[in-house]
Amino acid sequence: MANVALRNVRKTYLGGFEAIKGIDFEVGDGQFCVLVGPSGCGKSTLLRMVAGLETITGGEIDIGGRVVNQIEPADRDIAMVFQNYALYPHMSVYNNMAYGLRNRRMAEGEIKTRVEEAARILELGAMLERKPRQLSGGQRQRVAMGRAIVRQPKVFLFDEPLSNLDAKLRIAMRVEIRKLQRRLSTTSIYVTHDQLEAMTLADILVVMNGGQVEQIGNPLEIYQKPATTFVASFIGAPPMNLMPLRSELKSQLAGDARAAEAGIIGIRPEDFVISNQTVSGGVALGLTVEAIERVGAETFLYGTRQQEMQGVAATPGELPPGEIIVRIPGAVGPAIGERIRAVAAPDKLHLFTADGRKRVS
Amino acid sequence: MVEHRPLTDFIAYAVLTLGVFIVAFPVYLALVASTHDAATVVGGHMPAAPGSRTLENYYRAIFVGGARTSREPVANMLINSFISAIGIAVGKIFISILSAYAVVYFRFPFRKTAFWIIFITLMLPVEVRIYPTYKVVADLRMLDTYAGLILPLIASATGTLLFRQFFMTVPDELLEASRIDGAGPFRFFWDTLLPLSVTTMAALFVIQFIYGWNQYLWPLLITTQDSMQTIVIGIKKMLVTTDELAEWQLAMATAVLAMLPPVAVVIFMQRLFVRGLVQTEK
Repeated sequence: MANVALRNVRKTYLGGFEAIKGIDFEVGDGQFCVLVGPSGCGKSTLLRMVAGLETITGGEIDIGGRVVNQIEPADRDIAMVFQNYALYPHMSVYNNMAYGLRNRRMAEGEIKTRVEEAARILELGAMLERKPRQLSGGQRQRVAMGRAIVRQPKVFLFDEPLSNLDAKLRIAMRVEIRKLQRRLSTTSIYVTHDQLEAMTLADILVVMNGGQVEQIGNPLEIYQKPATTFVASFIGAPPMNLMPLRSELKSQLAGDARAAEAGIIGIRPEDFVISNQTVSGGVALGLTVEAIERVGAETFLYGTRQQEMQGVAATPGELPPGEIIVRIPGAVGPAIGERIRAVAAPDKLHLFTADGRKRVS
Repeated sequence: MVEHRPLTDFIAYAVLTLGVFIVAFPVYLALVASTHDAATVVGGHMPAAPGSRTLENYYRAIFVGGARTSREPVANMLINSFISAIGIAVGKIFISILSAYAVVYFRFPFRKTAFWIIFITLMLPVEVRIYPTYKVVADLRMLDTYAGLILPLIASATGTLLFRQFFMTVPDELLEASRIDGAGPFRFFWDTLLPLSVTTMAALFVIQFIYGWNQYLWPLLITTQDSMQTIVIGIKKMLVTTDELAEWQLAMATAVLAMLPPVAVVIFMQRLFVRGLVQTEK
């Protein structure tokens, strides 16, 4: 049990490329921290720095009150679950889990107790003698988790552990990882590019972009009050609609004090209502429906606005400029080509400065 | 894939069978010749069926040696060949797996240079560097010794390349998982890399055993005593007699005996080979 603190952590590669540009955050004892961001944002590098697989070129990483910068991975008291599981192919499930303990010269009896306990928790009891190749993807994933559990480390590190599984299994394993972590209450750091995984797993969510932290906080807070347009479009699916705040929209927001400072307005697809009424202080958009996605419980309408076709510079996960997504409940709604009026209430509006780097509130 | 029709099948089998006959006929001839007495073999009309002198010929070849050539019996030569072929194969595997491990997994200055130097030795087989190698071996007083037969032949770029290619397919995560599991460089090599390399080692062993077994020029140069001769040289020397007829039936028996160990190695290792291939998953 331990907390993990990162203080101004940096990573510069030999060529001069700066992958991590000074990151600060702290994960409390027993908390589940998720690092999320698009590919290449440095989240995996950061995790590997915590693990000790990458050197730290600046700042400090502290695990349980001990600065680990110069400590070998094996002595950091961490356990890691890899994306491709990294099981030893020639060893049985039992030996895969026992290997790390044997290297620590633990007594065979104690190893047996721990492995069997882990196997029981993960329902691997019947498979201890099998080789990894005889297991399904989900079972291999469990063995990889078992290998981490038996170590009883201070910190679990997960590097996109679910991305090799199919969609259904991924959801099941996601829930299982969360339950397991609650039960063991071991501090965990989890890397993913899947915002849904991030939202559902995290106690603390760290949204990263370009080697920097965009926002840290509780997932719901981040969803409700994204600090930048990057976070706004990255967290939430489908992404938030971002529009430049110009002429017509600006006049609609005339009464809003925030509008003076703001350059970009964001509205989540789920915050629109199709209505002919005007909400005072809110925003109404005239849209032509161009595409419809019906998924049963809800329907997504893709529409274009009649004016202001030029949008905000595209950030990852964002729509082409001018296109607006509206989510409506149920399976009935307008047809393609129909003109609709989408209305959002004043408390549903997110306003950002023109460069998208700051939330106006 | 390829469609199976009776006619094409027939032609394919016919061609293959013909090929087998062409390859196998000299071997069969040697086998037959080794079962007759000297007069029959030299007579010019080789019988197509095996004769009745099998046991006698092989007994003489193995334990007694040629009556008129005063050569060592084959048993001793077989042992010499066996020791040097095993020595060469094992030595090559040992050296090349270690050098490949260093080149792939360690970051040290001039790593690329080291690799290229190893690579360049591919262009320097024994025949090319035979004079300096002979000089070195002679100066080290290794003429007429097993060390002299084995050591100059075990430095192998082929093996290093083969292991390097294999190591590069092993996922990095395996090394990282080992590091987190507290395995140092030696433990990782011994516990993970070596068991995964069994197939590659088996393949290399087959190739190198046969390479070592078939060495002719090098053993011929550095062995002067009969007791150190290898079987490949032995066959040759049996045929060179100054004033007598060569004992062809013994030479053929020796040739057949010389063929057996490589064949055995191939057959035995092939099993391991296939079993290894089936479980290749990293």
